[in-house]
Amino acid sequence: MEVQQFYYDNKIVKKFIYATILFGVVAMLVGRLEAFFYLFPNLTDGISWLSYGRLRPLHTNAAIFAFVGNAMFAGVYYSMQRLLKARMFSDFLSNVNFWGWQLIIVAAAITLPLGITTSKEYAELEWPIDIAIALIWVVFGINMIGTLIKRRERHLYVAIWFYIATFVTVAVLHIFNSLELPVSLTKSYSVYAGVQDALVQWWYGHNAVAFFLTTPYLGLMYYFVPKAANRPVYSYRLSIVHFWSLIFIYIWAGPHHLLYSALPNWAQNLGVVFSIMLIAPSWGGMINGLLTLRGVWDKVRVDPILKFFVVAITGYGMATFEGPMLSLKNVNAIAHFTDWIVAHVHVGALAWNGFMAYGMIYWLIPRMTKGTLYSTKLANFHFWIGTLGIILYALPMYVAGFVQASMWKQFNPDGSLTYGNFLETVKEIMPMYAMRATGGTLYLIGMLVLVYNIIRTIKANANIEDELAEAPALEKISAGRVKGEKFHPWLERKPIQLTILATVAILIGGIVQIVPTIMVKSNIPTITSVKPYTPLELEGRDLYIREGCVGCHSQQVRPFRSEVERYGPQSKAGEFVYDHPFLWGSKRTGPDLLRCGGKYNDNWHFNHFWNPQSISAGSIMPSYKWLFDNEPMDISLIEKKMKAMRELGVPYTDYEIANAQKLIHLQSSQIEKNLHSDPDFVKSYEESKKKAAANGEKFVPMADREIVAMIAYIQRLGTDIKVKDKSKQ
Amino acid sequence: MFEQIKHSMETIAGVAMYPITSMLIFFSFFLGLAVWVYSYKKEKIDELSQIPLND
Repeated sequence: MEVQQFYYDNKIVKKFIYATILFGVVAMLVGRLEAFFYLFPNLTDGISWLSYGRLRPLHTNAAIFAFVGNAMFAGVYYSMQRLLKARMFSDFLSNVNFWGWQLIIVAAAITLPLGITTSKEYAELEWPIDIAIALIWVVFGINMIGTLIKRRERHLYVAIWFYIATFVTVAVLHIFNSLELPVSLTKSYSVYAGVQDALVQWWYGHNAVAFFLTTPYLGLMYYFVPKAANRPVYSYRLSIVHFWSLIFIYIWAGPHHLLYSALPNWAQNLGVVFSIMLIAPSWGGMINGLLTLRGVWDKVRVDPILKFFVVAITGYGMATFEGPMLSLKNVNAIAHFTDWIVAHVHVGALAWNGFMAYGMIYWLIPRMTKGTLYSTKLANFHFWIGTLGIILYALPMYVAGFVQASMWKQFNPDGSLTYGNFLETVKEIMPMYAMRATGGTLYLIGMLVLVYNIIRTIKANANIEDELAEAPALEKISAGRVKGEKFHPWLERKPIQLTILATVAILIGGIVQIVPTIMVKSNIPTITSVKPYTPLELEGRDLYIREGCVGCHSQQVRPFRSEVERYGPQSKAGEFVYDHPFLWGSKRTGPDLLRCGGKYNDNWHFNHFWNPQSISAGSIMPSYKWLFDNEPMDISLIEKKMKAMRELGVPYTDYEIANAQKLIHLQSSQIEKNLHSDPDFVKSYEESKKKAAANGEKFVPMADREIVAMIAYIQRLGTDIKVKDKSKQ
Repeated sequence: MFEQIKHSMETIAGVAMYPITSMLIFFSFFLGLAVWVYSYKKEKIDELSQIPLND
């Protein structure tokens, strides 16, 4: 048999590792800033692009797609070449994958602070970037499948299956969740509305966790843990069961993000059942990972790499036990919307993804630079301060979640809410927010120690060069099954068939859940009093989206006595039929806003947006001073926006579209008139008029500024149902 | 709650197909998986699990 010589591409791995480290630091720095906003809400007062609402998606996207994503690519590119005994299919595609991904990250880092966002969690990027993501992802896929085809190892090791499933599923999820109708280069509307948008979004959101943060990292676990421990995986049989059952079940669990919402009950229950079932494959995988270390636990005492892996896999076990528990309706009733969820995701991100990535980096860099790590002591220090950071992050958040949820639900003997003012429940958990900021800072310090250690290692050792390897070429054998060959061994040497089967496995769940909700009209009963937003409210809604209000305020009242008492009637599916996109939210740092319309007068909102603390002492909402800027609001796109909405099924008439600008002025002038009922407003308004005249600036009437549109939208929220109640009386 | 589920289920045409199909899909899926896994020979499993250590 002819032995072929070839080189493994180490340079691409190096690039992805450097990007991982760089963006890891950025993601954690932004996270720190976000954590400090809870303590000092007006830390960046008046700077729109450094406000909490706009930076939150930057933090999550940077952590998920830049930090975890780049580490994933680094690990996949390293392990895949070796598992398949082949260089990557195309150096060109590898580099397109790398540079394209970094460009997308840069585009995200620019657009998100500017408020260019779809507001759908972990899918915030606007449509041109969505298209770029799809293209780069396909490049990654072609490169992977090309390598599979020219491989020199007959059998596809289980890690490869996880990579294939990752590629296929993320492609499907990304495309379906990003279907949106563009209005301009930087603005689009989701093609789905309300309940359907919510279902598709959380089918995506949940499976982004599954197939971007979990399956690729399980593949990495199945490669790097045996490598670092120098022994094969505990049970290869278990890994097969792990793979198939995990991808088959995971895809169904999305609706557990929407329990007690207006989503049809059958879909909610389906989500719960599958979430519980997920414990089995998840823990099977965790046990398989941990038991791989059987017989080498003595090494775990001294080797920081193994320590990182042990805590990572343990974190995976904790998060995947907690996840199904959180999916139980009675637990979810407490945890949802609170900081408990924040703790849950950070155990996953910091321990599972973060520590897997660190272990991998500490293992890879000395190997590729043909030397040793600069300092094992520092790596151990990183491990301990990182672990401490995770604990100090997660524990206070668990406590905060319990405390707040209990306070939300506390009733007096006379049936009134004990903590009727939401702010009381926020003030109570401020110490927990302070501790969380400390925990996150420790974790970041650990990351900086890694940066130093890796730079010193690289400086001391040889340059990273491609690595010579040799392996015999694969002999051609029949495409069909060889005599006596069982089905699975055959499948294992057939990447295309394996890919197709994996795709079938993930599509079943998606189809069963998504199709009925979208196709069956009776799942969403219509409410006749629900009308489309007025043009001004629509502009206001887009401002609400731009400022990331959804990051702290839900618009979803669950059918609990405590919530109905606090916020008003529970959400109904029919209320959201014109909401492209839905804005239910997933966290209540502030109160729910679904029934906020008409609760306070326009002046209240005006003053509150200018300085929340002046209305509610101790509030942690930042001020939104830029909405008051002496500039006219941009309403040039309103006709296009309404036409796009009409195309999506919102019944705007020709008259409304043709007269949109006029309608805006009518409504906004009324709001300005309302504002004049406050003498303080009149006084300061006249002053600012004079000031503008003195400076020779053109004065923009309040009616034409952004704040008025925002007020119009907030005042509209939930009022459709109230109209109906009035007509009944 | 069950009534509510039943109601929304009943409005789907041919809904009886759903539970039966689901049951069949799941049963055959996991049965097939079990058969696959246990039909492996010990040596083959060992060989496969050694792949990452052989590069």
